[in-house]
Amino acid sequence: MKNSILSILAIACAMLGSVQTVSAAGDVAKPKQMDWSFSGPFGTYDKAALQRGFLVFKSVCASCHSLDKIAFRNLEALGYEEAQIKTLAAEYTVTDGPNDEGEMFDRPARPSDYFPNPYPNKAAAKYANNGAYPPDLSLMTKARKDGANYVYSLLTGYKDAPEHVHLMNGQYYNPYMAGGVIAMPAPLSDGQVGYEDGTATTVDQYAKDVVHFLNWAAEPELEARKRMGVKVLIFLSIFALVMYGVKRKIWHDVH
Amino acid sequence: MAGGQRQKFDNPVVEWVDSRLPVFTLMQKEYGVFPTPRNFNYFWNFGAIAMFMLVTMIVTGITLAMQYTSSTSMAFDSVERIMRDVNYGWLIRYIHMNGASFFFIAVYIHIFRGMYYGSYKQPRELLWILGVVIFLLMMATAFMGYVLPWGQMSYWGATVITNLFSAVPVVGDDIVTLLWGGFSVDDATLKRFFALHYLLPFVIFAVVFLHVWALHVTGSNNPTGVEPKGKQDTLPFHPYYTMKDTFGLIVFVIIYAAFVFFMPNALGHPDNYIPADPLVTPAHIVPEWYFLPFYAILRAITFDLGIPFTEVVLIEAKLGGVIAMFGAIVLLLIMPWLDTHPVRSARYRPWYKKTLLVFVFGVVVLGYAGSQPADKVYWQTCIGSEAACEATDAHHGAADATGHHDVAEKAPTVLKFDNTMLAQLFTIYYYAFFLVILPLLSRKEQALPIPKSIHEAVLAKSKAKETK
Repeated sequence: MKNSILSILAIACAMLGSVQTVSAAGDVAKPKQMDWSFSGPFGTYDKAALQRGFLVFKSVCASCHSLDKIAFRNLEALGYEEAQIKTLAAEYTVTDGPNDEGEMFDRPARPSDYFPNPYPNKAAAKYANNGAYPPDLSLMTKARKDGANYVYSLLTGYKDAPEHVHLMNGQYYNPYMAGGVIAMPAPLSDGQVGYEDGTATTVDQYAKDVVHFLNWAAEPELEARKRMGVKVLIFLSIFALVMYGVKRKIWHDVH
Repeated sequence: MAGGQRQKFDNPVVEWVDSRLPVFTLMQKEYGVFPTPRNFNYFWNFGAIAMFMLVTMIVTGITLAMQYTSSTSMAFDSVERIMRDVNYGWLIRYIHMNGASFFFIAVYIHIFRGMYYGSYKQPRELLWILGVVIFLLMMATAFMGYVLPWGQMSYWGATVITNLFSAVPVVGDDIVTLLWGGFSVDDATLKRFFALHYLLPFVIFAVVFLHVWALHVTGSNNPTGVEPKGKQDTLPFHPYYTMKDTFGLIVFVIIYAAFVFFMPNALGHPDNYIPADPLVTPAHIVPEWYFLPFYAILRAITFDLGIPFTEVVLIEAKLGGVIAMFGAIVLLLIMPWLDTHPVRSARYRPWYKKTLLVFVFGVVVLGYAGSQPADKVYWQTCIGSEAACEATDAHHGAADATGHHDVAEKAPTVLKFDNTMLAQLFTIYYYAFFLVILPLLSRKEQALPIPKSIHEAVLAKSKAKETK
């Protein structure tokens, strides 16, 4: 009894007295809703889009962002041949060792190697980027709410800052970023990456393709998962119908 | 069981074993011919479903443990390795991850069934208590399991929850150090959580065994709450309920599979795909959905409890929250003694039924409140001059660091209803339901006429169907 009086008092006090600030992070723009080929129960990746997205990642994102969880061998899923992957990997240099003499040495990357990090460590990455750490992109579309749409909206959503937002040096305005302020300058511009298949070389197209690629990087199992899911659900539905029949037959005399 | 009574089996191998260790006789007695009320509805499936989920969690969990590494530097990556490089690792992990949620769904429905039909009442009090113990163990297991992937929510969830124990007077800090195995959530914490996460399911299994044992002593309750009075009221467990349970289980598994294969991360938090970082605090730390009602109760106590009109504080807000949260479960434990009404089933208790459904609604609202930031404002109005109100609004919006504002003459009164108050409102109802409503209804509630027997109730129901 005493407790409830106290709590009522406390509620009343809270109602009258407190001045609470509505959090500034509340005003984030809702991501644009795109139609991805990989969404929905029968969704699959578009290999051409994956390859284009990889190209964008390789020539733009990879200069600051790592992709720790992906090895060159994984790129087979994008439709590349083994030989192509070998050539592709060889473009990169990785440090290996120690050799028989105890020395570390550089060698061209092999398909079994993982994507090299553009920076030797986190401190170097921060130092090179105005104190902001470019996050690893392997899980980006899973690590944000509505991930694929979010990354697409972010990449295409750069704007001039509205009057009340004050940007410091090295800060940019993007309404899709929590708080509106982002340390990454708009990374894409029209015509920046050459496509061989005649697809439009626009920011919008780049963003779509690279999101496609990043979603694959985050969920490489997606196609296998959904394919298996359809089979499992068909099997279970039939099983359920059979069991319903069995149950009805057994219970027939009881009801 | 011992001596004489045992019936012979035709199969010589079965008979050879059974005459030495009567496991077949036991199964026959407890799951074959076991007399079970004939009027179960589908709510009675969820015990079996929960059992299925426990086994699923143990099997997938052991398989995951074969690949998982419980050190802070490798835990996150080892989970990703399971997802990417281990054959069908993604399948096993998604089954396990979503399995936790579906285990809780099954158990919450199972608990609701027990409350609605009065299954906690005499003579099933101990059966009920064992159930609540299982629920508590599940919460501990699930909490520690969520820490293992060592994502942002793992780390910060562990930090917030373990810190709660520091509210315990005198020994609080020592308890926290013991939980952590050090002075912060770190490698030692993760390692002991993994060890305990592996251990506790087997403890749960043991308590489930006692729970089922107790059930087979008293027999099941049923939707009428009237005890079976003879053969006409019961059916042998097999094949009637083995088949009905299997059907219900498959339907449940269909929904479960839909999540596993098509929206495996819908019930999780995206922040847990960011590796744990002690230097970056997430904007909102939220636990898994099945803890949200209790989390809301924890956060609802935002005030110190003391002697009115003095400065004396008896219980600080933090401790108050912890007490309220654990108290919410203690209330479940003692429920058989709070509700002493002679009629079991809510079917024949109109007031109990209504207040219980409001209670369920309240728990859902608490769950919602737990998922929202504490200072979220649902409704607000300003009483005072227009200018003064605008000034207050501007002050809110700009959130200026100076804390200085020029509303000199008369500060306006701002009335509002925020998330904390929503949680407080339904926390009060949660407690009132157990401590006020149940004892009151026990004494005052006039029950509707109850059927003389299950048989009679079933006949009346099928007659009503025919006349329709």
